[in-house]
Amino acid sequence: MVLAMDTKSDREFIQQLVAAGDAARAARALCDLWHSEQSSSAAAFVVRHFESLRDRFPLVPYRVAILRSFTVEPLVPLLRAAAFCASLDVQVYVSDFNAYVQELVQPAGTLYAFSPDAAILAVQTRDLVPDLWNDFGTLSEQQIQSAVAEASASFRDWIQMFRRHSSAHLIVHNLEAPANPAGGVLDAQYAANQTSAIQQINQELREAASQSAGVFVLDYDGLVARHGRLIWHDERKWLSVRLPLAAASLLPLACEWTKFFFPLAGKTSKVVVVDLDNTLWGGIIGEDGMSGIRLGSEYPGAAFQDLQRALLDLYHRGILLAICSKNNLDDAMEAIEKHEGMILKASHFAAIRINWQDKSQNLREIAAELNLGLDACAFLDDNPVERQAVRDSLPEVLVFDLPKDPMLFAQVVRDCPQFQRLRISQEDLQRSAMYQSQRRREELERGISSREEFYHSLEQELEISPLTPATLSRIAQLTNKTNQFNLTTRRYTEQQIAGLATASGWNCFSLRVRDRFGDNGLVGVAITHLKDSVCEIDTLLLSCRIIGRTVETAFLSFLVDFARAHGAARMEGWFIPTKKNAPAREFYSSHGFAAAHEEENGTLWGLDLESGRVLCPEWCKLIVVNGERQS
Amino acid sequence: MTTRLLNERIFAVVADVMEVPAAKVTPVSSPETMETWDSVHHLNLVLALEQEFNLQFEPEEIDQLKDVQHILRIIATKSGAN
Repeated sequence: MVLAMDTKSDREFIQQLVAAGDAARAARALCDLWHSEQSSSAAAFVVRHFESLRDRFPLVPYRVAILRSFTVEPLVPLLRAAAFCASLDVQVYVSDFNAYVQELVQPAGTLYAFSPDAAILAVQTRDLVPDLWNDFGTLSEQQIQSAVAEASASFRDWIQMFRRHSSAHLIVHNLEAPANPAGGVLDAQYAANQTSAIQQINQELREAASQSAGVFVLDYDGLVARHGRLIWHDERKWLSVRLPLAAASLLPLACEWTKFFFPLAGKTSKVVVVDLDNTLWGGIIGEDGMSGIRLGSEYPGAAFQDLQRALLDLYHRGILLAICSKNNLDDAMEAIEKHEGMILKASHFAAIRINWQDKSQNLREIAAELNLGLDACAFLDDNPVERQAVRDSLPEVLVFDLPKDPMLFAQVVRDCPQFQRLRISQEDLQRSAMYQSQRRREELERGISSREEFYHSLEQELEISPLTPATLSRIAQLTNKTNQFNLTTRRYTEQQIAGLATASGWNCFSLRVRDRFGDNGLVGVAITHLKDSVCEIDTLLLSCRIIGRTVETAFLSFLVDFARAHGAARMEGWFIPTKKNAPAREFYSSHGFAAAHEEENGTLWGLDLESGRVLCPEWCKLIVVNGERQS
Repeated sequence: MTTRLLNERIFAVVADVMEVPAAKVTPVSSPETMETWDSVHHLNLVLALEQEFNLQFEPEEIDQLKDVQHILRIIATKSGAN
């Protein structure tokens, strides 16, 4: 617990920074404050001061509607504080008490007028199925089944209603089981018991959610169980102010929400960079040697195995792993490759920096090698000095405050919202293998004297397809996370992309690239809008791993030919500069487009299709599926 | 914990939750003297105090938390009893 004097001086220091107009340092100090005292008290302070930085610090707005059957207001500051510390400015609309059904059905009501980016539907078991919760013992089997069927149908209806009126994401709490089932220990002896009746509704809910794009289930039952059913609730507050949660349960629920909002808003880490000594194993390999480090299935080495398992789970979620350690390379590699307790193998790491240079420099190199921004990097190190050095020199990097006790390391990784994913694409699963092919491509590139020879040797095959249900989720994912080669950085939800299929004049194309080293997967998206003989490129983006291979020229040549074939006389496209999309800045000018119009936030480029040509590079083989051109 | 330290911590929580500078909080601060002290902020205050001092108020006690003085007294009693 923090002493009052420290609390006061931390806050005074932040207030001085805010008053002095030092927004960047104030924001960092607010994040530090939040990470050291995660409480309702600190949340109020953090939210108020971040609000005052709004115009001076880059924050991404995000709108959240909460539909609820219980008091959620005290959760709002906690959610907003956590979000502010990830540069998300969350605006919250809370529905009237128990008015969620009206809100869902009224297309002209306040919920849809608020136009949320995401909505939470939080209904308690005791509110939705009071009979199952309160009077289970008095119900016949038939009554139980009809209560289950009715609740399942309600969830289904609400999801469909929401989908009909909004393209926002929807996060639905599932139903919790009671701490003490009505039958006592008897409950576990029968199939048709209280717990399984509730589980049945949850299964139906999962089914219903999976059938609608952008609808996700929050495992509220699992969350309550994880923290302990008996201590999660405060029955007095439920009875007095309709708040069923104990004061200590507010933060875990707010954090659970961020596990949905962060990935939905693109606030995710794509690589986790780990230290070795006292992080991946106990002890110091250079001093303790292979037999001295602590790593195994027994205490205390089990703590480090547990962390490695947590990291392996991230790897299987498509998150890259990398090593940054101050060590002699040979000592460390021997431990990684030969120590019996290692769960992670050398092949799990996409980049390795084991040397004596500054860790910030190593992190920069790792990000460059993996073609990622520093804000996509998370850093895991037991040493507070290294952590502070990285925080100071690379504020974009997500730096974990690891607890002193290694037994708690794994939990920190497992609980981190930036590591959550709501969907895993084929590309995510193959990402690490793709980076290994990328390393081989770079080796090839180094061995070849001319660029053209290198391009030829890649044997690239580009497959361009119109929008299909199978590619929908990957396309939306790319529009949300591609920052570097992205001309307009327009973010779209799956529902919005799906809407393009029937929108007049709109086309959405995806690009898949294969080469002699393997399939790069779906790595490009273009959205065009043809109107009055002008074809506008609304969106054109490429995943960073295929930048610099002339793929962009080939893709543009296709779009130009497509526009011409559909009667366009002119092709136009905006370049909207952001902090990150410098790699795309020269794109239009280097392909013969001329600046046609300039505005504060971007430039409109145009190409006359009668005279202008964009040629597909001869080393790119273009395959158009269901399309206009075969070559 | 000394009374002075306890009081300082309570003042700090009230200042945070009511969104005012710490110097603005006095023993007589209440919903009448503070514009921000509405029912939502009051519930937030109750919860923030429960978190800070790791205790749970009874509904009767929540009704008695009508100004800072009363808060000081009730928490002193409760944390003394712990």
